Amino acid sequence: MKKLLLQMLFFFLSTCAFAQEKVEMADVMRSNGKIYTVVAVCLTILFGLIGYAIHLDRKISKMEKQQNG
Amino acid sequence: MQKNWWKILAILLPVYTIVAGFLLDVPRLPILNETIRNLYFHVCMWFGMMILYTVSFVYSIKYLRSSNLRHDIFASQFAMMGSFFGILGYLTGVLWVNVTWITDQHQSLGSVLKEPKLIGAAIGLLIYGAYFVLRGSFTDIDKKARVTAVYNIFAFALLFPCVWIIPRLVGSLHPGAPGSDSGNPALDRKDLDETMRLVFYPAVIGWTLLGTWLTTLNIRLELLKNKDIVS
Repeated sequence: MKKLLLQMLFFFLSTCAFAQEKVEMADVMRSNGKIYTVVAVCLTILFGLIGYAIHLDRKISKMEKQQNG
Repeated sequence: MQKNWWKILAILLPVYTIVAGFLLDVPRLPILNETIRNLYFHVCMWFGMMILYTVSFVYSIKYLRSSNLRHDIFASQFAMMGSFFGILGYLTGVLWVNVTWITDQHQSLGSVLKEPKLIGAAIGLLIYGAYFVLRGSFTDIDKKARVTAVYNIFAFALLFPCVWIIPRLVGSLHPGAPGSDSGNPALDRKDLDETMRLVFYPAVIGWTLLGTWLTTLNIRLELLKNKDIVS
């Protein structure tokens, strides 16, 4: 019984110690809301690239139609 | 339009990856910190590479069975996009290594350069590089298609020991090696956080579809260029 209690205490203490270990994250960025800027920038680039792919897709479709028609 | 539903998916899934990948919560882990979000981008490049190379491998076998030049064009373009994804995966990996392996674990640049995963991945990509050199060195189209189809099968077979097996046998800093505490990161259900899986699996599908779309553009262009010899 005593052993079990000791074990439980040890387990509790170790989890406490783990919880107190602070891991640095980009919390400031998130609280300022500026992470949304990063998302917006990345999306702009992605949309630009996808728009280019759509443009190429249409161009090639037109060429295929010309060759077959 | 009905034939193009997967292209819409190829747009929506990467958009979802960027939005959810940056904004959803991730586990707070020492050393990794926010870079854990690279899982949605770096790891997806390698997954995409494997899928594209597998498609290329299948088309090479189909070419050898049918001698249809169409299949040769498919195989070479999928291998091209696979290598492109591999190079992107390698470059993003280099950036990630800089902040996680070198500074915090008392690793020097020397130990990182000896890293089996990096060497293996580089060898794997170089083997595929030789595939394109080989393609460029033939003047006879049929001979080129036949020899490079055989080489492509060889390259695909070598990719597995180089990238997946040897780094896991000899130990490596990369997750998945015997030294690290994870058996098979990303694929193991117990290993990957619940919310991260919500983004990671769609991300793999999304980036791969985007790669496939770009490959089909190249294929269609090649088919147009070689219209008189391809049936």
